[in-house]
Formats: sequence, C-alpha cells, structure tokens
Amino acid sequence: MAEQRRDLENRPSPDALLEAARREESRAGKLKIFVGAAPGVGKTYEMLQTARARIKDGYEVVVGVVETHGRRDTEALLDGLEIVPRRSVTYKDQSLDEMDIDAIIARRPQIVLVDELAHTNAPGSRHPKRYLDVEELLGRGINVYTTVNIQHIESLNDVVAQITHVRVRETVPDSIFDNADAVELVDLTPADLIQRLKEGKVYVPKQAERALEHFFAPANLTALRELALRRTADRVDEQLLSEMQAHAISGPWAAGERILVCISEDPRAAGLVRYAKRLADRLHGPWVALYVESRRSLQLTDEQRDRVADTLRLAETLGGEAVTVPSAGRRIADDVIRYAQANNMTQIIIGKSSRSRWFEILHGSVVHELVRRSGHLSVHVIAGDDIGGEHVPKKTVHTGERTGPFDSRPYLVSLLAVGIALGIGTLLWPSMGTQNIGFLFLTAIVIVAARFGLWPSLFATAIAALCYNFFFTEPYYTFAIGNPTDVVAVGFFTLVAIIVSNVAARARIQAVAAMARARTTELLYSFSRKLTAAGALDDVLWATAYQTALMLKVRVVLLLPENGSIVVQAGYPPEDQLDAADLAAAKWAWQNDRAAGRGADTLPGAKRLFIPMRTGRGIVGVVGIDSDRPGPLFTPDQQRLLDALIDQGALAIERVRLVADLQEAQRTAETDRLRGALLTSISHDLKTPLAAILGSAGTLRGMSGQLDDDAKADLLATIIDESERLNRFIANLLDMTKLESGAIVPNSALHDIGEIVGSVLRRAAKILSGHRVEVELAKDLPMVELDPVLFEQVLFNLLDNAAKYAPDATTVRIQGWQETEAVYLQVLDEGGGIPAEDLERIFDKFYRAQKADHVRAGTGLGLAISRGFVEAMHGTVAAGNRTDLAGAVFTIRLPIPAESKVLDTAA
Amino acid sequence: MTAAPLKILIVDDEPPIRKLLRMGLSTQGYQVLEATNGKTALELLGKEPDLVILDLGLPDIPGHELLRMIRARNEGVPIVVLSSRGDEAGKVQALDLGADDYVTKPFGMDELLARMRAALRHQLQVHGERPVFRIGELTVDLVRRIVKVGDKDIKLSPKEYDLLRLLVQHAGKVLTHKYLLTELWDAQTDAQYLRVYVRQLRQKIEADPERPQFVLTETGIGYRLRALD
Repeated sequence: MAEQRRDLENRPSPDALLEAARREESRAGKLKIFVGAAPGVGKTYEMLQTARARIKDGYEVVVGVVETHGRRDTEALLDGLEIVPRRSVTYKDQSLDEMDIDAIIARRPQIVLVDELAHTNAPGSRHPKRYLDVEELLGRGINVYTTVNIQHIESLNDVVAQITHVRVRETVPDSIFDNADAVELVDLTPADLIQRLKEGKVYVPKQAERALEHFFAPANLTALRELALRRTADRVDEQLLSEMQAHAISGPWAAGERILVCISEDPRAAGLVRYAKRLADRLHGPWVALYVESRRSLQLTDEQRDRVADTLRLAETLGGEAVTVPSAGRRIADDVIRYAQANNMTQIIIGKSSRSRWFEILHGSVVHELVRRSGHLSVHVIAGDDIGGEHVPKKTVHTGERTGPFDSRPYLVSLLAVGIALGIGTLLWPSMGTQNIGFLFLTAIVIVAARFGLWPSLFATAIAALCYNFFFTEPYYTFAIGNPTDVVAVGFFTLVAIIVSNVAARARIQAVAAMARARTTELLYSFSRKLTAAGALDDVLWATAYQTALMLKVRVVLLLPENGSIVVQAGYPPEDQLDAADLAAAKWAWQNDRAAGRGADTLPGAKRLFIPMRTGRGIVGVVGIDSDRPGPLFTPDQQRLLDALIDQGALAIERVRLVADLQEAQRTAETDRLRGALLTSISHDLKTPLAAILGSAGTLRGMSGQLDDDAKADLLATIIDESERLNRFIANLLDMTKLESGAIVPNSALHDIGEIVGSVLRRAAKILSGHRVEVELAKDLPMVELDPVLFEQVLFNLLDNAAKYAPDATTVRIQGWQETEAVYLQVLDEGGGIPAEDLERIFDKFYRAQKADHVRAGTGLGLAISRGFVEAMHGTVAAGNRTDLAGAVFTIRLPIPAESKVLDTAA
Repeated sequence: MTAAPLKILIVDDEPPIRKLLRMGLSTQGYQVLEATNGKTALELLGKEPDLVILDLGLPDIPGHELLRMIRARNEGVPIVVLSSRGDEAGKVQALDLGADDYVTKPFGMDELLARMRAALRHQLQVHGERPVFRIGELTVDLVRRIVKVGDKDIKLSPKEYDLLRLLVQHAGKVLTHKYLLTELWDAQTDAQYLRVYVRQLRQKIEADPERPQFVLTETGIGYRLRALD
C-alpha cells in the first residue's frame, strides 16, 4: 500500500509539467527582476553590472530606461551602453520623458534594461503602468531586466503600509513577480543602508524627505528586509516545488488546504483578499473570494456595489477565484458555511465586524454565527486595517454617476401636499380636534415619501411640524408652545413622521430598484429571444449593436476578426470606418483581450471605448462604444448591463459560428458522398461499355474465322452502340461539370418548342428505335425564351430516361400545351412509374431509382442535368406518375415572356 | 467514271483519326493527302485538293485562323470541319468563315461521307444549276417557281419561296441563321422571323411538321435541306 502510494506520488504532476513546458516553449522573452527591500540598496547598480557581464558574453543589451538619480558610480556603469532615446510626452504643459516602447520593439535587442517596474507612465502613454510595457516587451520576445522594491508588490502592500505607515500607490501584480524567470535579491543591511543615506547616496525626492526619514527608521528597514527575504524565499521555494513536481521528486506536498475569504462592501475587504492571497501562498492552496448577495445587497449604493465588484476583481488578479452566491436564507453565515462545505474549504477568512453592538443585536453578527457554526472549519477573524484608507486597484474601465441638475419639483409638491393637509385640517379642525390633525399631515408625508423618497419627505416633515406648531397649538399663530402636552404631541409627531419617511422611502427605493431590474431583465430577455431567433451572423450583429445602442443610448460598432485583422462588421448607427486611433485601440483590445480606448487604461486617446467580447472558448470580437456625452461613458449600473449585453451577443455570435461550422462539416460530408458516388458511377459507366467494345473488337480480330456474318454484324453493332453510350456518358459528365462550375450561360432567344422537339426526335431516333413515339403539341404554341442547344439536351435526356425505363414496344409520348402564363411540355412513358419517395431524389446527382431486381444502366446524371439546364432557363421540371397508365411523367414548365407574340408574316 | 480520283486533304493531328479517315476514304476511291499541322496543310494546298477535311484543334495554327488562310488561298475548295459537341458557336463561326459543313466528333463514317458528297455536289452545282429539284415527294421548279408535294401544288408566300429556294440551292448543306437572314432580309434582322417562316414553310410542305423530313433543324446553328441520297 505504502509502496503504491509512493509510486503515485513519484509520477510527475501534470500541472507542473505543463507549467514547465509552457516556460520552455513560449517564445516570450524572459524576465529577470532585481528586488530590493528599500530604495538605495543598489538594485540599479546590480542590474547594470549584470548587464555588462551579459554584453561580455556576447549578448545585445540596450537600455530602455535607467534612473541614475545622479549617482556617479551608477552613471559610470551606464557608460558605453546603447541607450534607446526616451520619448517626450507633454502633459499639462509639462514635458515628461517616458520609455519609448515602440523604438525598443523596432530595435529588437536580446535584452533590454527597464528600471523601476512600478513606475506610473505619463497620461497619454500606451499603457498607464510600466509593468504593462514590460509585459508587451516580453510578449514580443525581448528579454527584460528590471528592478522593483518589495513594497510595490501588490499583496504586500498592506503589510508594508502597516510597518512603515507610508502607503505606496504604485503596485505591481504578484503574478509578474511570481512568473518572472529569475528574481535576484539585492540585499544590504539596514546599518549600511542608513550609512549610504547619510552619505547622500540614496536618491530622495525633495517633497518626500520628511516621510522618508520615518521610512528609513532601522526598525522599518529590518522589517522590510525580512519581508523581501521571505518573499524571495517563498518564490524560490515555489520554483523548487514546481521543479520537484515536474521531476517527480517526492517532497512535502501541500496539505490540501483550501481558503475561502468572505468579502463585503466594506472598504477593508481588499485587505482581507490580500491576506487570503498570502495565506494561500504559504499553504500552497487554492483560494476563493466569496460574496453573498443578500437582501441587503439591493440597498447598497453604487459606490459600494462597485467596491464589491472591484474587490472580486482584485481577488482574480491576485490569482484567486471570485464567486458570488445568492443568499438562501436569513443568515449569511449559513450561506458561507454551505458554500465552504460544498467546495471542501478548510479555512475561512472574515473581517472583524465594525458594526455597532446595537446593529449586531438587531441583525445578528455574521462573525459570531460563523464561528459558532463552522464545525471543523478554521475561521480566521482578521482585524481590518485602515491606514491610508481603501486600496483597490481601479478597474480597467472608468464609470461615473451622471447626476442631473437639482430637481425642485418634489419639494414643491411636498409643499403643496402639506398645504393641502393644512387646508383640510383648518376646515375640519373644529369638528375633529387637534389630536387628529397629526394624522392628516402624516398622510401627506407618507405620500411624499412613497412618491419622491427620503429628502423631500424629510422636507415635508419639517414644514408639517412647523405648520402643526404654528396653526394648531396654543398660542395659535406663533411658533411658541404653551401647553406641555402639545410639546409632547409635536415631538412625537416629528419622530413618527421621520420614521415613517424612512420606511416609506426605503420601500420606494426597493420598488424603484425592483422595477428597474425587472425592466432590464425584460429587455435582456427579449434581446436574448431576438438573438436566438436570429439565424444569420449579420442579424445577430445587428441586433447586438442595435440593442446596446438603444439600452445605453450610445453609438456602437462591432468588430470581428477577418483575415488576421479585425474589421467593422456592424454598427448602430451604421458605421463602417474607424479612424486610426480607434482602429489601434480596437486592435489592442482584440490582441490583449482587455478594454482599450476612451475611459480605459490603454490608449485612452481613442474616440471610442473598445471592449472584448468573450465566451468560455475565448474572445470572439470587439465592441466599440462612444457617445456625445462628456465624461465617463457609463454609470456602474450601465456597465453591468453592458457586460450582460456583450456576453449575450458574444454567445450568439459563437453559436452562429458553431452552426456554420457544423453546416460546413455537413457540406463536406455531402461532397464526400457525391465524390464517392461519382467514382462508383464513373468506374461502372465507363468500364461497362469499354468492356463490351474491347470484348467485341477482340473477338472480331481473334476469331473472325469461326464467326458467321450475322455474328460479326452483331458484334460490330455492339461496338457502335456501346461507343455511343460511352459518348453520351462523357457528354453528360461534361455538361454536369459545366453546370457545377457555373459555365452554363443560356444563350436564350425566343424559340419554337415544336422545332426543337423535331430535332431532338431525329437525334434520339436510334435510342427510341424500339419504342413508338407520339407527339402532340397544341397548335399555335407561343414561342418561349430558351437556349435551343440546352433545351434539346434536356429533352434528349428525358427521352433517354424513358427509353431506359420503359420496355420496348411501349409508347413514349410528348405533349405540349399552353396555360395562361406558361408553356408545358411533358414526356410520358409506360415504364411502371417512379416510387413516391424517389420523385424528388431522382433529380439528385448519381441517384438512380432502385428497382427491386436491378439497377438500370445509366449515368444518374441525365435528370440532374435536365433540371440544371431548365432552371438555368428560368423554367422548372418535375417528376410524377401517370394517372392513366403505370408510367412516369416529366413535366417541364417554361414561362411565356411578355414579348412573345405571333409575328406578322403576311409579307 | 474514268476521271482521276478526287483528292481529299485531311488536316488532323491525331494519328488514329487520320488512319480512320485514310482507310474510310480510300475504300470510297478517294485519293488522300495528309497534314498533321496547319503549316503542312497550307503547303499541301498547292496540290489542289478537291476537298479539305479540317480539324479545328491543331497544335500550330488556331482552327479558325487556318480556315481563313485556306479560304484566302483557295476560294472554291469545299471544306468540311471536324468539331466537338457543345461548341455551336465555334461551328457557326467556321461556317460563316467559309466552311461548307461540319461533322461533330465522334462521327460515323457514313455521316462524313454524306457531308462530303453534299459539299462536292454543291461545288459542281455552282457551275450548272439544276432547274428542277426533287427529293421524296417534294418537287421544286426553280425556273417556273412551282412547288409541289406529290401532285399537290403548294402556294407559298414570296419569302417562304425565297427561303425554300436558298435551301434547295444548297441542298444537303447546313445554312447558318446569319446567312439565311442576310440573304432574305439583312444581317440585323431578328432570327425569330426566320423561325416563324421555317415553321410556316414546314406546315405547308411537311407531312408532319413536328417531325420534318425535308427542312431539318441544326440546333443552335441553322437549317439544312435533306440531301438527295
């Protein structure tokens, strides 16, 4: 048993092998990061030294960007290195120098040096962050050396802030660090670093001097150094583990820990997510960020809702899985535990509640519930840290609320409502007394609250309280209150009015939200129905563009890939050209599967915002959005709606594509079937007559002495007949080929059908020699538009078919007549007819009506050619069975052209 | 017949076809000249053949071009063209360029010989027109302009008579639509007129107009009066 287990464990892990393969195979450039605990430890210096060593090894190294901050020894190292000139970017009258990524790509060095990975680029650059530039360089196959301080690593951001009380805004995703091919720690003891700082060897920007003084405290530096050492060690450990797994070296396997982190709209949730990431890294387990959507979620403000989405996104960028589940019951803790158990989670992380004692008594505490009910699950309750406030990476597309101008109408209506209540109260006061006046005002307030929400109703409450006081409490017509019971009455009235306002307003918000959701859902549903009904790609694209434009009040273009590029396929309002900036943004969005253009991080100068359309199988296209409104294109709600629309559109596009692929596959199968039938037909129909000819000719040559004259004549007749059959077959093949290649262009003119019948009967005289032929054409048949050569072939094939299927000595009949707008021509035989199920199929290529005993010799092409030719002449041909006799009837219908008239031939 | 045998020039690049023609024509007493390409054909014209059998698909000179060159050197020699099925336009062009008739490959020797005889006969008729033409029941007296089927006089309109006269004068030879239209009206006239007159003529002289015995349709090319045989 133990033996077996070792065997199992000794097998290389597939994931690890894949990862190793990916690293080896990818043509992407390699990334080497020089990491330090703090500024001034000598990362740049170390990078330059390594670079010089590489140059000595014969590598091509160029400097993309290196900041020497005036340090002499660093500058000396730069001497003699090829430097790609920086690009000057003008922003707010300031000229900023940024790395020229295009120049580097054009230069194509083997290694490029890019200092300060966490740098934020000047606005208007291609990427907002330098690490994105680096990713692109790596993607182009250029190796990159770069430097970074440990405080810039995303998941350590909180920890560093806690240690140093300085929050760094510029962060680099952990994935960059983790996926780097090499990480070199540049280490310096805190004492040495402080010494360097004193000697002025550490660059300190003027405005940050004070903050940095604190930053460079020995305790901080020690902590940061430990952090840097530990993070690098973790990485090395990971690499080692991966290596061990790939080579099936047994070792300390992960214990199978799975971590679940619960997030809420609380700003500190981002810190929880980062904690979960660190814990998961240490435990080498997968982790999930879970958001439970409860009834309370409906009441969240847009800002809070966005924060939830951003936190979930953060979890994804940190390598976790982001999950949202609807709440099943009253207690959120139950939902969390249910999810954790269903997914084999072992650890749950939750933030320490900041709710008031009062709130917990009212709503219960999720944390307490969780701890109480978690059973064998470990629950980590983490104190949120709020140093420097929230820190969630901005999402890629900026959204913003559009606040309309202040609307005074609700307040005027509130005033009116209170006024009406006051009027009624004044009228009824003598009869109903002061106590009931309060209810009148309350009624007005509730109506206002239900109609206009909280603020107008609070306004109404204030006015009503004043009116109550002024008109209905002694002394009247003053704001003074004489009677203490009245003080209580006005007091309670105000309190009740405020509570009622709150409740009614909340009910209204929920009702409005529910209505909006219902409308959106309905629109989405009708959209999805429309998409389901759309069969053609164009319809799907148009529906998507139209619906998106309509629902979000924007202009929409859809771009799909075509011949390796991406091209506008639909738009609403219709648009088929994009300017260069938009096209560049669209291409970037397509290639990188990320949003680009207006309001996005990449190429924000474009007129439109381009968002990739994805399905589970990958990106299918790009949608471009613009509108005349300034500022953000969408509110967060609209953003969510847009995502839904785009997702549905993407799925529909994919569905249409799959259907097209399927049809293509079916067509291919059909073509294969036809090819097979063609081969069978050719081998049979060519070889049979050839065999007869060769056999007869051979017999004639070899045995002419033994043959009498009759036998010789017989053999000669066979040779001639079979040759003619062969000739007909080849002619058919030629006709079919011409038909299929579209080479049949009818040379149509007005012709007399009778004349063509005459000539075809002459041509078919031999094959019909065994049959009687009757012709009955109506007198004065009008001339019809046709190509005489093609039509003669049509008739010939029908006669040939009749001769084949009808026994000798029966009658083959041709009859023609005119009905209002067409001339009909029929060929009737007495051959027993066609099985009903074959009536349509006999016009298929290579199809032969099966008779119980045998298959008639024939090409299986004649009828297909007849139909092709007739249709080329705008006529139709159909097969049927005679009603008077057992036999087949083929009916050709040719429309009578408008100008067909009997010519004046009196001359 | 004590006269010298008629000389037939065969122009075809396919050895089996030449062999077939050589054997077939020899048995009929013709003397055969053979050319495998256009250049040789033009040289052999110097030997004054009585008739040329010309394959349109030669390796060196395009068929229609060669036809034009032969006609330029010898206006009178009858030419029978060998052509393939489905190439109606090519046949019409050859006839308009001065070929006397065509035979579609694959062809029977009987058919070819009949076409050759018609062409040769027409060659002779150019010099002495026969005043009375007879074929089966049909009698046409070109001098007195009388047409009879059996004993019955047939009354034809002037155009119908002109049409019949043209066909009779070239009996056995195919006449293109263009030729007939040019002779009877002018080249621009709609071919539909011709079809109408042919139909009327058939109704007057044919026993069964749907299956004509005298005026035969060469689909897509023109008409031919059945030759005397």
